[in-house]
Amino acid sequence: MAQDLQALDSHRKEFKNESWWEIRAAKSLLALREQEEPEDLPNDYPSSTSEDEGEGGGEQKHQKLLEAISCLDGKNRRKLAERSEATLKVSEFTVSSKGSGERLVLSDLLESVKTSSSLATVKKQLHRVKSKKTVELPLNKEEVERVHREMAFNKTSQTLSKWDPIVQKNQQAEQLVFPLVKELSAFAPIEHVLNGWKAKTPLEQEIFNLLCKNKQPVTDPLLTPVGKASLKAMSLEVAKMRRAELQRARALQSYYEARARRERKIKSKKYHGVLKKGKAKKALKEFEKLWKTSPAVALEELEELEKARMMERMSLKHQNSGKWAKSKAIMAKYDLEARQAMQDQLARNKELTQKVQVASKSEEEEGGEEEEGNLLDSDAVNEAHMTADGPNPWMVRNHSDDTKEAEIQKDSEQLPEPMANEASESEEEERPVAEEEILLKEFKERQLLRKKSGLNQDTKPVGRQETKDSSTQEVLSELRALSQKLKKDNHQCRKQNMGSVRTVQREGPAGEEEEFLLLQRLEGAQTLEELKELSKGCFQNEELPRPALEGQQLERNNQPSAPKKKTKEQMIDLQNILTTKSPSVKSLAVPTIKELEDEQEREQKQMIKEAFAGDDVIRDFLKEKRETVEASKPKDMDLTLPGWGEWGGGGLKPSAKKRRRFLIKAPEGPPRKDKNLPNVIISEKQNIHAAAHQVRVLPYPFTHHRQFERTIQTPIGATWNTQRASQKLTTPKVVTKPGHIIKPIKAEDVGYRSSSRSDLSVMQRNPKRLSIHHKKQLKKT
Amino acid sequence: MKVKMLSRNPDNYVRETKLDLQRVPRNYDPTLHPFEVPREYVRALNATKLERVFAKPFLASLDGHRDGVNCLAKHPKSLGTVLSGACDGEVRIWNLTKRNCIRTIQAHEGFVRGICTRFCGSSFFTVGDDKTVKQWKMEGPGIGEEEEPLHTILGKTVYTGIDHHWKEGIFATCGQQVDIWDEQKTSPICSMTWGYDSISSVKFNPIETFLLGSCASDRNIVLYDMRQATPLKKVILDMRTNTICWNPMEAFIFTAANEDYNLYTFDMRALDTPVMVHMDHVSAVLDVDYSPTGKEFVSASFDKSIRIFPVDKSRSREVYHTKRMQHVICVKWTSDSKYIMCGSDEMNIRLWKANASEKLGVLTSREKAAKDYNEKLKEKFRYHPHIKRIARHRHLPKPIYSQIQEQRVMKEARRRKEVNRLKHSKPGSVPMVSEKKKHVVAVVK
Repeated sequence: MAQDLQALDSHRKEFKNESWWEIRAAKSLLALREQEEPEDLPNDYPSSTSEDEGEGGGEQKHQKLLEAISCLDGKNRRKLAERSEATLKVSEFTVSSKGSGERLVLSDLLESVKTSSSLATVKKQLHRVKSKKTVELPLNKEEVERVHREMAFNKTSQTLSKWDPIVQKNQQAEQLVFPLVKELSAFAPIEHVLNGWKAKTPLEQEIFNLLCKNKQPVTDPLLTPVGKASLKAMSLEVAKMRRAELQRARALQSYYEARARRERKIKSKKYHGVLKKGKAKKALKEFEKLWKTSPAVALEELEELEKARMMERMSLKHQNSGKWAKSKAIMAKYDLEARQAMQDQLARNKELTQKVQVASKSEEEEGGEEEEGNLLDSDAVNEAHMTADGPNPWMVRNHSDDTKEAEIQKDSEQLPEPMANEASESEEEERPVAEEEILLKEFKERQLLRKKSGLNQDTKPVGRQETKDSSTQEVLSELRALSQKLKKDNHQCRKQNMGSVRTVQREGPAGEEEEFLLLQRLEGAQTLEELKELSKGCFQNEELPRPALEGQQLERNNQPSAPKKKTKEQMIDLQNILTTKSPSVKSLAVPTIKELEDEQEREQKQMIKEAFAGDDVIRDFLKEKRETVEASKPKDMDLTLPGWGEWGGGGLKPSAKKRRRFLIKAPEGPPRKDKNLPNVIISEKQNIHAAAHQVRVLPYPFTHHRQFERTIQTPIGATWNTQRASQKLTTPKVVTKPGHIIKPIKAEDVGYRSSSRSDLSVMQRNPKRLSIHHKKQLKKT
Repeated sequence: MKVKMLSRNPDNYVRETKLDLQRVPRNYDPTLHPFEVPREYVRALNATKLERVFAKPFLASLDGHRDGVNCLAKHPKSLGTVLSGACDGEVRIWNLTKRNCIRTIQAHEGFVRGICTRFCGSSFFTVGDDKTVKQWKMEGPGIGEEEEPLHTILGKTVYTGIDHHWKEGIFATCGQQVDIWDEQKTSPICSMTWGYDSISSVKFNPIETFLLGSCASDRNIVLYDMRQATPLKKVILDMRTNTICWNPMEAFIFTAANEDYNLYTFDMRALDTPVMVHMDHVSAVLDVDYSPTGKEFVSASFDKSIRIFPVDKSRSREVYHTKRMQHVICVKWTSDSKYIMCGSDEMNIRLWKANASEKLGVLTSREKAAKDYNEKLKEKFRYHPHIKRIARHRHLPKPIYSQIQEQRVMKEARRRKEVNRLKHSKPGSVPMVSEKKKHVVAVVK
């Protein structure tokens, strides 16, 4: 090193005056030296080496320097320092041994001629290597197994989840019947069943023989031997033709059917009417033709018509008794069309029932005409009740009554009283049947008149009391006359009533007016209630002062008139109604049926009364209630102790003062709920015994107590439900059949495709591991 | 005049045959039938009482074994045939209708550990303590023939259980590992392990037949897939599981009978929480079997009783015991779902009704209607205190009764402690663990 330094120093001396770049080179050389330092360390030159060595060293140095300089130019390329070794060979021509090992090869020289493409291939290779990842270390065995297991588990759980919907369905099912798959009873073909069968009884044998003779199929029901034979015999073309024919026929049939359906569906009445008329005309024409050509046949047809007529007479077809007719009858009042329809129907009935014979009697015709006239005249409602034989006499009467009423109304409004009377009398003569009613009508008429007069009087400023009296007098006289008439009629049937009333009559003082009253009641009062009222009235009459009595009488007088007004309201004007004083009380002429009913009722009541004569239920109840009220009241507390502060012993009572002092009064409780309800006892005690039977906590699946209550409240038994419903309500959730083996559910049964390969085949296909452990074991043994 | 007459259609009141019921026209107007709720309540109460009155579940006891009955098997095709294996290596075949033994085989030396029938019912398999698997014909040998197994496979280790595939000629045994055997071959076609411990039972899934479940003595239940020849998942419980049973109607549900007195129903897709924890036994549960309807299962316990649990309830609906019945080792529900058989330590097989108060035999339609109605009434009013009390009441042997009381006290104490700990610790620091999750230690993938 020291040598080196010395050499450098000498160099410095030599080139001191050199240009600046030489200095730089020296600097770089310095750096070079420093680099070389560690390498040179092992070369220990003996410090005593002579100058010629130093000369050689100087040459070396120079060379180095040159090299360094060459390095400096441009690219700054630098050769790596080579290790120089001390060699034994020392060249004579002072050629350094450095680079002695290097040998120039021809290929080296040639290389420079080639392009440097070899580097690209290397690059490529490098890339390839870089892109390929390095293979990781293999996992240990446990890890591998874990991965396998996880995969297998996921796969299996996936296959298992296909059962989810089925499990859910079965859990929610209303009813499950096990075994889930019913064993189908196999349908064996009849041949198999009949194989072993033989005709045994004579009847069977006979039938069998017959079948055999006719070549009927005994076993195969589809084709007879004949059919089979014919099928065989038929050629292809014939068969085709036949088939085409059949097809055509079928098409035609369907076409006609469709057309008929379409026509039937047409709703237009007009269309159908026209159609019908057309048909009728046609029929008529044909008949006429027939009549001309062959009267015998026509007669036969006539007979048939007669027969049809008979049928019609027997049937109720156009009799206005059907549903339709009834509904029309209701509507007829308001609806002109309905009336028309009714009339049409009746006319049709007539037409159908009319005799077709040409030689009909004039009288009959007349009758028919009359009837027709009637029909045209009368109301549709009345028509509805008419039969072909003629109008019902009852209905006729009614009808005529109505008409008369109308007349009367007119009369009463326009004509003076006698005229109306005459009219009514004449009617009476004509129709003795409706005597009573006519009488009543008469009465009504008069009443109306009276009211009119009353009205007139009202307008006058005269004292009212008097006029009233006079009017009542009038009415009374009229009534009396009427009642006498009625009395005659009803005399016998009301003997009983009369008797009872008579007794009353005897008791009460009989004034003129009262007498009338009684009479009137005799007729009018038919029910028990009325009788009672009547008797009451009599007794009141005894006590009441005159004016009051008069008022009563007035009211009573008006009684009978009211119901009639009700029945024939159409007769009465609004004003009339307003003027009447007592609008509704029971009528004189109640229908007899009602009378009977009332009697029955009375009897029943009587019987009940007799049966329960002994026990007074109401009183018992009241008593009970009182007791419960008492019992429920809070009790006073008595804290007196006998003998304290005074003498005690048998027969001695604590003094009143002491008792008063020690008595603790109980506070009054809240008012009872049934305080204002006389017929009820409301127990305010909660039933403790019932509480033991009640559910205290809302059970789990329910979210609201009302839900739970509802399930309890709906009864499921056959007592409250129909048989079918209760059966449905009580179906058990799981039904098992005794003696049937229930097999586990199968994929095929629930519509899933079961795996086609068997487990065994799958296992044999991948026998991948008889586990290592096991293999080891096998090897061992 | 129209006269109205009463006229009735004779179809409404004339019977078709003499045997028909008289048709009684009824008026269903509710006002005529008041108090429907109280009346039905009384009916329900009576029905419940009658149910308790008629509850006589014990039918028969089949005796003949000379040692404890260790395993039972049902015949897949015949309801009246049952097979049983005893602790002395004896296998007996019973006729239930006649209640007698029809065949006796000395099958193994030592215990008969497992017995199963072939799916077609032609033969059955037994495994024993003598490290053999034997296949037997279901029909007995002819006169003069000797009682010999069809095949015998000599294994290396003791087999503790066996089960047959539900459709094919494959069966699985368990011991140190689960082996799947082809009936035609003498070596297993596949064997699967996961850890090293003795596996006490293996069961094929009846619906997805390539699935297997097993339980080992290191407290775990392992599921296997036979097709992929790999175990699937393992769940570790608090204590050892003795057996499992698959639900025959729900492919992914199975129930495990555990040593910690409980039964756990699992959905095999989510093993970290059981679907239901069934608790009522007061000792280890040794066996469990599903009703073929899949709605209930029966469990046999070391506490000398068997219990019937609805699948979706955590409490049992019924408990059967007799004075003479000792530890019940195996139990089976017959395939018509009407009866239960249990084999116990004291060498007897007992036959019970699955429904204690059910009337056996053919019912007339009226009887059936009445039965249905009563059942529905009981169901309708089951929350009412009186009815609930009567329906729940069972007589229990004293040991069981006192055990239950004790358990209750213990449980209450545990609960109280938990609550207190929760109360007196920083909120969130003590987690609330549900009863279902408490018993699952871990799920291993």
